[in-house]
Amino acid sequence: MLIRRPDDIPFSDITPETVYQNRRAFVGTAGALALGGLIAPSALQAMRFDRGTQDDKVTSEEDATSYNNYYEFGTGKEEPKELAKDFRPMPWTVNVEGLVKKPRPYSFDELVGKLPVQDRVYRHRCVEAWSMVIPWQGVQLKDVVARCEPLPSAKFVEFTTLYDPRRMPGQARAVLPWPYKEALRLDEANHPLALLATGMYGKALPNQNGAPLKLVVPWKYGFKGIKAIVKIKFTDKMPNTTWNDANSSEYGFYGNVNPLVDHPRWSQAKERRIGQFLKIPTLPFNGYASQVASLYSGMDLRKYY
Amino acid sequence: MIARAESPIRHLIRPALWLLVIVPAIVLAAQLLLDQLGAEPIEALEHASGKWTLRFLAASLAITPLMRFTGWGWMLAQRRFLGLAAFFWAMGHLSVYIVLDQFFDWPAIAEDILKRIYITLGMLAFVLLIPLALTSTKSSIRKLGGKRWNQLHRLVYVSAIAGCIHFLWAVKKDLTEPMLYASVFVVLFALRFLFRKPRSRKPKSVPPDASVSLPAA
Repeated sequence: MLIRRPDDIPFSDITPETVYQNRRAFVGTAGALALGGLIAPSALQAMRFDRGTQDDKVTSEEDATSYNNYYEFGTGKEEPKELAKDFRPMPWTVNVEGLVKKPRPYSFDELVGKLPVQDRVYRHRCVEAWSMVIPWQGVQLKDVVARCEPLPSAKFVEFTTLYDPRRMPGQARAVLPWPYKEALRLDEANHPLALLATGMYGKALPNQNGAPLKLVVPWKYGFKGIKAIVKIKFTDKMPNTTWNDANSSEYGFYGNVNPLVDHPRWSQAKERRIGQFLKIPTLPFNGYASQVASLYSGMDLRKYY
Repeated sequence: MIARAESPIRHLIRPALWLLVIVPAIVLAAQLLLDQLGAEPIEALEHASGKWTLRFLAASLAITPLMRFTGWGWMLAQRRFLGLAAFFWAMGHLSVYIVLDQFFDWPAIAEDILKRIYITLGMLAFVLLIPLALTSTKSSIRKLGGKRWNQLHRLVYVSAIAGCIHFLWAVKKDLTEPMLYASVFVVLFALRFLFRKPRSRKPKSVPPDASVSLPAA
């Protein structure tokens, strides 16, 4: 596994004005800082935080199931757990469409049943610069792709989330252009790390985490991991994806974790591992570069973010 | 009627405001200690302290229009108190960012302030409050004179606008809450404009209150 620390910000980037401005702010807050700096970190660490470490300790199940970005069930982090608690994922049907031998609806079991179940502990890096370590259960996406029998002309695979505002109350507001869509290049989808999760922490996938079927692509930002998938469509053109449609300068099609390409509004160089106090460096491709970097050889990752 | 109603309010207002400043801080501290702030307590503290800053800023800006409506001159004494409360919450907000969020990573903080406009605006909003907090003493008012003091303290408008944009810009997609805050300030500014005092040659606008005992600033 490649572990490379991103370069520090060159000191030449910091102008005297900023230092000066900072210093004023520092003087202004000296009292609070002295107090906070002495007490808070040690207190926080004593309470719930480890220091920031790169040892990839599994995130607590409580945190991973109560801090969710799932706008279909509200834009607050704690809302999905509450608003999704009555959601009934079964029975579930997935429509397989587009460039496949035989487009048709698949029941949940037809799509993922009898495939070898995988146990995968993956780092999960949100585009918002926090991260978790989550034990997933599921099937390799490439096995599902094979089951769908795509035609040789298929180059991309597009996923769509359920659209049903009665069951997904967050969809009553047009916060995002519903339904949520995500997509991968077919070679990305066929990578052995790509997973269709059906469970986590050894249990059925909780509603707030995308039950019954969630995409997990650990080298990409979390928004690529589309939840409650009801449609899988194979195409020969790069599909539109929801966050890219909503704000293309902030969220690209690829969404590969990259500490060197900042989000326009925040740095991606570091991340806060949930449950840890100090931020840790973000790794290229979320630490999976040795496995996946070759998918993007020759591509300008600043352009294709 | 009003004269009778105002006297109990008048005596209770300061302790009530003190409670309003202190209680949320105590509640947040207790929630933090009891691990009740969710999976990301640092973000929760950041958001809560930022919103309390805006709330107290709005409250301080509500005093002048409220006085013009009610004629309760004694309300003026609460304006600087609320302004200072906003400043202290802003210090808390900035401290959470510097200490807990960034943990004194000065290069990262400098980069944030330089490159992320919403943080630039947040810093601006805070920095503009510093001279206002420093001149919040009675002696400063005397030294500056009421007119110049009032002029200086108009910086609060710039700070409030910067603070609102800071909030709007920080949000990923759902603008409901920052829009709500911004619209409160829009209403407060509109009230000031609609109910401004008629222009006259004599000393105008609300005089700074020199009658109040202040919390140390």
